[in-house]
Amino acid sequence: MLFGYSFGDLGSILVMQGFAGLILFSVFVLMALGLAIIFGQMGVINMAHGEFMILGAYMTFLSSHLFQTYLPSFFGIYFFVAMIVAFLVSGAAGLATEWLLIRHLYRRPLDTLLATWGLSLIMQQAFRTIFGAREVGVELPSWMMGSLNVSSSIEVQINGLFVMALTLMITGAVALLMFKSRWGLQVRAVVNNRVMSGAVGIDTRRIDRLTFGLGCGIAGVAGSAFTMIGSTSPSAGQLYIVDTFLVVVFGGAQSLLGTIASALAISQSQSTLEFFTSGSNAKVTTLLIVIGLLMLRPQGLFVLKVRK
Amino acid sequence: MSNSLFGKRSYDVIAFVLLAVLILVVLPLTLDAFRLNLFGKYLTYSFVALGLVLCWGYTGILSLGQGVFFGLGGYCMAMFLKLEASSVANTKIQSTPGIPDFMDWNQITELPFFWRPFHSLTFTLAAIILVPCIMAFVLSFAMFKRRVGGVYFAIITQALSAVMTILIIGQQGYTGGVNGITDLRTLLGWDIRPDHSKVILYFVCCVLLLGCILLGRFVLTSKLGRILVAIRDKEDRVRFSGYDVANFKVFIFCVASAFAAIGGAMFTLQVGFMSPSFVGIVPSIEMVIFCAVGGRQSLVGAVAGALLINYGKTVFSESFPELWLFAMGGLFIAVVLAFPRGLAGLMTDQVMPWVTRMRNGKGGATPSISPSPAE
Repeated sequence: MLFGYSFGDLGSILVMQGFAGLILFSVFVLMALGLAIIFGQMGVINMAHGEFMILGAYMTFLSSHLFQTYLPSFFGIYFFVAMIVAFLVSGAAGLATEWLLIRHLYRRPLDTLLATWGLSLIMQQAFRTIFGAREVGVELPSWMMGSLNVSSSIEVQINGLFVMALTLMITGAVALLMFKSRWGLQVRAVVNNRVMSGAVGIDTRRIDRLTFGLGCGIAGVAGSAFTMIGSTSPSAGQLYIVDTFLVVVFGGAQSLLGTIASALAISQSQSTLEFFTSGSNAKVTTLLIVIGLLMLRPQGLFVLKVRK
Repeated sequence: MSNSLFGKRSYDVIAFVLLAVLILVVLPLTLDAFRLNLFGKYLTYSFVALGLVLCWGYTGILSLGQGVFFGLGGYCMAMFLKLEASSVANTKIQSTPGIPDFMDWNQITELPFFWRPFHSLTFTLAAIILVPCIMAFVLSFAMFKRRVGGVYFAIITQALSAVMTILIIGQQGYTGGVNGITDLRTLLGWDIRPDHSKVILYFVCCVLLLGCILLGRFVLTSKLGRILVAIRDKEDRVRFSGYDVANFKVFIFCVASAFAAIGGAMFTLQVGFMSPSFVGIVPSIEMVIFCAVGGRQSLVGAVAGALLINYGKTVFSESFPELWLFAMGGLFIAVVLAFPRGLAGLMTDQVMPWVTRMRNGKGGATPSISPSPAE
């Protein structure tokens, strides 16, 4: 007996908290992937990342409405269409942002922070004007609702499982793109040595633009997945930006593997601590531990050697 | 340089005098007590902007956690005022008289140990400066000694401001939670609420601000200031020349945090409460923006930026609340893209040369004053 629970109960609690942690982990990974690409590979601090995510969430909300109104028979699959729409819209917005704003600021990384903060304010107000200030939620197709009973005391939600599967797929796709495609090779070359990459004929400006667009597109998909487990409001993006940056920095800014490992560490410790203390204490403790660890090991968990 | 009337140094002096006249004479004569109090509130933000000029504009350390220091200063002041307001006589209806009302609501029956020293004004005044300084020292010492800087420092300080907000909101019984510490009444028996007290507090705030500007200017024009600029521009070279770069950065960051804390304490006194909404990420970034818009390399410019943006915010959000965020966002983007040195840069680079040209153009053959040599 421990804390008044039997060992069987305690086991179930651990599994359930672990599962909650895995959902949080999936959301962190999805959010952090886009940022890891933009911040890690390009060194641009995109404070509007959360807003690109919310843009994706609103696109999902719109598609769910359109499907409900015009194509009710296909409602079961709307989510897949919505994800593609979210990716394309957020990605296009990202490309436009890069072209109008970011490309003038590559030499001043701290200034990208201010400019994208301004952008995030504009986007928030735009969301508020277009979609209203209230939180919106999407209606889930029937197959995504409910939960699976693994044993009498353990049950897992289907939408949680779906988000996890989605995370796996997207992470796999990004890894393939970064490590197996020609484009990924070019991105990694630009990160390692921008001048030399330009000298061997890589169009570094084009790579920058596509990288930024891809990062924003992934944020859009993350936002889309996010509607499965929570509601969307115009200023929701700001709630996640700190966590996301910490995940990326803690993992080691240039390493995708590091991002995943740190997302796992942070989400699991947070959800486990949440069971023992209150939610806010768990969050404070986790963030403080991460800050402390970053002071001991400023370069993050995984380090990629980069020629400056 | 000193023989030209519009040398760079005399710009600073003229700007300082203009600002002093504006806040000490013009504003009190033209505004009613309510508006003057609002401007007093804006002035407290400009303390933070001043600190940012020192650590960001001159040394290149961008901190997104200045709200934490503003909040610490403000909370220290608020704790003292709250304890004075919750005397046993004032709180006899509570189940435990003599402790702040929010503690009583949260079933706390004894004053927590870290609240006790705040019965003393001397301790409080010392704590307003020392608590943020110690925190800034620990944080910056750990980071700068390990040569973490730039973007990473910005993100860690941002995380810190998130932690601070969550902590304050979560520990409701000890901090007043999301409402903050409210219902502050007297300072050593002197009521801070009526209009005439607020006018006095406004002038105290102005004098402190002008003092901070002079102190900042003293630091920047000293030899130390030169080293700070050198660190901003080529940190490695300064290190190779034998300076311990980290010590300078820690020092200036602590000064900036102390400025922010003074601002926070004055905020509590003038506005009459302190809450976590002035600690978090959004206010911290807004304070950076005030500094950027005013001019990150100009002490007076930063103050002007804080006043202008906040005044604009009040006017706009009274009449066009929808448009305010669009305007503000557009302004930041414009400032960063087009005028990285802010309003002050616009003054010194565009307006003043134009004025000089106009004066000389009238005279015909007089040679134009040569631009002051780059520093």
